[in-house]
Amino acid sequence: MSDLTRLTAAETARIVRDGEASAEDVTQAHLDRIAKVDEKVHAFLHVDAEGAIAAARRVDERRAAGEQLGPLAGVPLALKDVFTMEGVPTTCGSKILEGWRPPYDATVTRRIKDAGLVILGKTNMDEFAMGSSTENSAFGPTHNPWDLDRIPGGSGGGSSASVAAYFAPLAIGTDTGGSIRQPAAVTGTVGAKPTYGGVSRYGLIALASSLDQAGPCARNVLDAALLHEVIAGHDPFDSTSIDAPAPAVVDAARRADVKGMRIGVVREFAGDGYQAGVEQRFREAVDTLTDLGAQVVEVSCPHFTYALAAYYLILPSECSSNLARFDAMRYGLRVGDDGTRSAEEVMSMTRDAGFGDEVKRRIVLGTYALSSGYYDAFYGQAQRVRTLITDDFTAAFERCDVLVSPTTPTTAFRLGERIDDPLAMYLADLCTIPSNLSGGAAMSVPCGLAPDDGLPVGLQIMAPALADDRMYRVAAAFEAAYVDAHGPILDGAPAL
Amino acid sequence: MAITRDEVAHLARLSRLALSEDELEHFATQLEVILGAVARVAEVAADDIVPTSHSVPLTNVFRPDEVRPSLDPAAALAAAPATEGVRFRVPRILDEES
Amino acid sequence: MTVPTVDEALSRWEPVVGMETHVELGTLSKMFCGCTTAFGGAPNAHTCPVCLGLPGALPVANEAAIRYTILIGLALHCEIAQWCRFARKNYFYPDMPKNFQISQYDEPLCTDGWLDVESGGETHRIGIERVHLEEDTGKSLHVGGATGRIHGADHSLVDYNRAGIPLVEIVTRPDIGSAAVAKAYVAALRDVVRAIGASDVKMEEGSLRCDVNVSLRPIGSETLGTRAEVKNVNSLRSVERAVHHEVTRQAVRLDAGERIVQETRHFHEDSGTTTSGRSKEEAQDYRYFPEPDLVPIAPSREWVEELRASLPEMPAERRRRLTAELGLTEADQAAMANAGVLDLVLASVEAGAPAADARNWWLGDLLAQANAAEIEPGELGVTPAQVARVCQLIADGTLTATMAKQVFAGIVETGEDPDAVVAAKGLRQVSDVGALGAAVDDAIAAQPEVAQKVRDGKVAAAGALVGAVMKATRGQANAAVVRDLVLQRLGVDPATA
Repeated sequence: MSDLTRLTAAETARIVRDGEASAEDVTQAHLDRIAKVDEKVHAFLHVDAEGAIAAARRVDERRAAGEQLGPLAGVPLALKDVFTMEGVPTTCGSKILEGWRPPYDATVTRRIKDAGLVILGKTNMDEFAMGSSTENSAFGPTHNPWDLDRIPGGSGGGSSASVAAYFAPLAIGTDTGGSIRQPAAVTGTVGAKPTYGGVSRYGLIALASSLDQAGPCARNVLDAALLHEVIAGHDPFDSTSIDAPAPAVVDAARRADVKGMRIGVVREFAGDGYQAGVEQRFREAVDTLTDLGAQVVEVSCPHFTYALAAYYLILPSECSSNLARFDAMRYGLRVGDDGTRSAEEVMSMTRDAGFGDEVKRRIVLGTYALSSGYYDAFYGQAQRVRTLITDDFTAAFERCDVLVSPTTPTTAFRLGERIDDPLAMYLADLCTIPSNLSGGAAMSVPCGLAPDDGLPVGLQIMAPALADDRMYRVAAAFEAAYVDAHGPILDGAPAL
Repeated sequence: MAITRDEVAHLARLSRLALSEDELEHFATQLEVILGAVARVAEVAADDIVPTSHSVPLTNVFRPDEVRPSLDPAAALAAAPATEGVRFRVPRILDEES
Repeated sequence: MTVPTVDEALSRWEPVVGMETHVELGTLSKMFCGCTTAFGGAPNAHTCPVCLGLPGALPVANEAAIRYTILIGLALHCEIAQWCRFARKNYFYPDMPKNFQISQYDEPLCTDGWLDVESGGETHRIGIERVHLEEDTGKSLHVGGATGRIHGADHSLVDYNRAGIPLVEIVTRPDIGSAAVAKAYVAALRDVVRAIGASDVKMEEGSLRCDVNVSLRPIGSETLGTRAEVKNVNSLRSVERAVHHEVTRQAVRLDAGERIVQETRHFHEDSGTTTSGRSKEEAQDYRYFPEPDLVPIAPSREWVEELRASLPEMPAERRRRLTAELGLTEADQAAMANAGVLDLVLASVEAGAPAADARNWWLGDLLAQANAAEIEPGELGVTPAQVARVCQLIADGTLTATMAKQVFAGIVETGEDPDAVVAAKGLRQVSDVGALGAAVDDAIAAQPEVAQKVRDGKVAAAGALVGAVMKATRGQANAAVVRDLVLQRLGVDPATA
């Protein structure tokens, strides 16, 4: 039998369903590869081999009992360590949560289990999802499978790398400012941020509540859509969950045609700071879409240039509050409790010891932005910019069905290159942030290797809220044309 | 946009971070740069713009008043750094709040 | 510096009082999760990922809590917001699991209302600034140290059962001019909340808690003085005591030409005094911002009008109606109102007690018991329905008046219903002639001279013999039956006596 780790998720599910391979064999093949290769990549913080095998056996038993299996039953999956999973260590890449085993499943975790997917383990991430490189993980960075000296993107670098390195055909990420799409772009994989409210946030350890959204990571668009449908849909445990039928993204991915669609190129996402090779592959992608019958128009979203500034006020503000609960009282790390120190001192010492630099930086920044004297000038004004960005999207979507841009201004940078320059690091999310601020859907699909460094480039497709299906249609059409012309992009990645 | 070491120290106290002297200096420098960049939001004239706090157009999301099972107390306490009986044990508390 | 009496202080200074009252709502489940709100229970047995603030958990608002808050707002003649949001109030405290409290800030659910309060024979209209909804905190037990108080404790033990219970905060304008009105306001507010069914307001379980803001100004002045915010004022009596204490405390300073520091002060039930807490100058910056995990509340006008139409008769109106129906005189009403029993009497009558009996029990034995325990009659734990039942048991001959007193004592002691107390204490009036015969014979044998007087026609002397029988039967005999028996034994026809 061919290498079980090389199959698509859809194909893996089919062979399990048809009895060509057991879910246990599929799972074991992936666990073996992780055991062999992950010491180079460090995509996982925790591999739950025992739990994975048990879950796979349950699928095999259900099949043996003649039960109808779901479209992804038996498919291995890597879960970003930002989701709670009952009894399984959940750290968010932070020392402050080291050893914590949650007493409950996130809704996403529950839906994945219920659909018969096999959770292999928890993937590495920037601490509390703050970063664009996974270098902010307290447990060491993840390495890009394309070049182990480079970053895999972040914060969900572990999820994208595990997909790119064939540790799992599917992974779950979360996207607050680009943490699914930017890692997908720099690892040559597919990543989608659903419409805000499309996937439950219950059990997703919050970074910025009004921006966070969980989504699928995969090696192709159809697989991403299949996983998207598993996790999407209303959840009464999340007040911000949309109570409407989830968009039919699988149908859209199968339809894969852009004829007659109007595609807008955002004028503001070009020029200074954009790598030449990225811009070139992006222009070629736009040409491909034109060739496929789409009508391409240029649109201007003037307030997008303020998105980064607004984001770095809103995010730290919300996260300074969300992360206040890590205080050494009820769970997690406790430092300095010698019987004489006060709760306040123990909290402060624990938080200083347990949080990394980027987390502390953002907590202080957010505390500042919410302070009574500065609230209006910073947080309030950032929320107004947010309104203007949403208005820009609304105007643009009157003229076109989707917007496109490069996913990131550059390809994967080197580990360590930007770690001491927070602002340079923040620029990696320049193109992805507007969709988080507006709540719309957006995804990244590979559009080639940059001619200047041979590393993957991502095409970002942005759709209005609740029109996730539209971006899957475009992504699938583009992917088909690209694979037709060049073969799957990951075929060009080095063997590990 | 100047932010002093003392201001950072005040913010750190508010957010319960026992930052070292080095961290205070380092963060003051970095925050000044970051604040300088994010202060751009002020360039947008936005007096008549309604701020967006939520990007979903939802209102009145309520749950019915129904009791659901609580956690098993052992599970509630399992991750606590310290317990005494079935309570969370915490260091002495300095002052009463609210 | 000598401390003036309250009356001396009030001869120079006028108190200005504003109240912030927190009421735990009587929902079945907590504000943002499905854990029960039941009082008691093993520590931390009523907790879940949401109310423990576990990473990843999210709040979902309880519809009943929103409804009760709107009902309270409507009963207090407030405007109901068309659109408002929850906000996070950020501060660190070990009994607050998320280290922020979900509350409301500049967008409360209800604003600008009033409540009329009767005190000293006058009606005082108290302005209501706002009514908003928030979540309660857990409870800390301070261990070690001499006092059991927070200061000097070695460590604390936290129980999060109370964390997340819905709490309504009702804020008045600084419209209250005396301790008596402050107390009457809290009582009136409590009655309104109870009437709506939003809470049963058990003050002894801490389900109504007051912060009392007190300042003084020279009599006749229009400017507000600097205020102290007194926290932990958790009973009607304490409200009055706290205001009185602050009046004298602040008067001493003002008389001496000092200024009052704006600060938080803690009230101590035991001593009736207040002590300084955290000074407001170094107050927390709560960094309020709209709660992103909860979407805005936009009560439809139809819903609000539906709720308005569903409001029951308010206690003040009910009181007016019932006093008119019962034909109570102004003096009666005033006596009962001053003793804090008017509503209890009216409710007892509504529950079936004869008006005169209800009045006598509440103004007599029950008031005396409350005074002895230094609590309000309403806090005794005796309900109007129980009073009505006891009256019925007297009327049907089951209980004597003496026994009824024992029954009330038993209710206060055990919390049981009258019938259960009667059964437990074996309190049942003995009317059986056979059972009483021996006791009557003994009494006659013991007091032959008295017996002779009766035989001689001095029927009134029989009282001493009846008394002896009552004593011998420990009050359980039916006095009328005993009297008849005594007279029969001594050859007097009870019918002609």
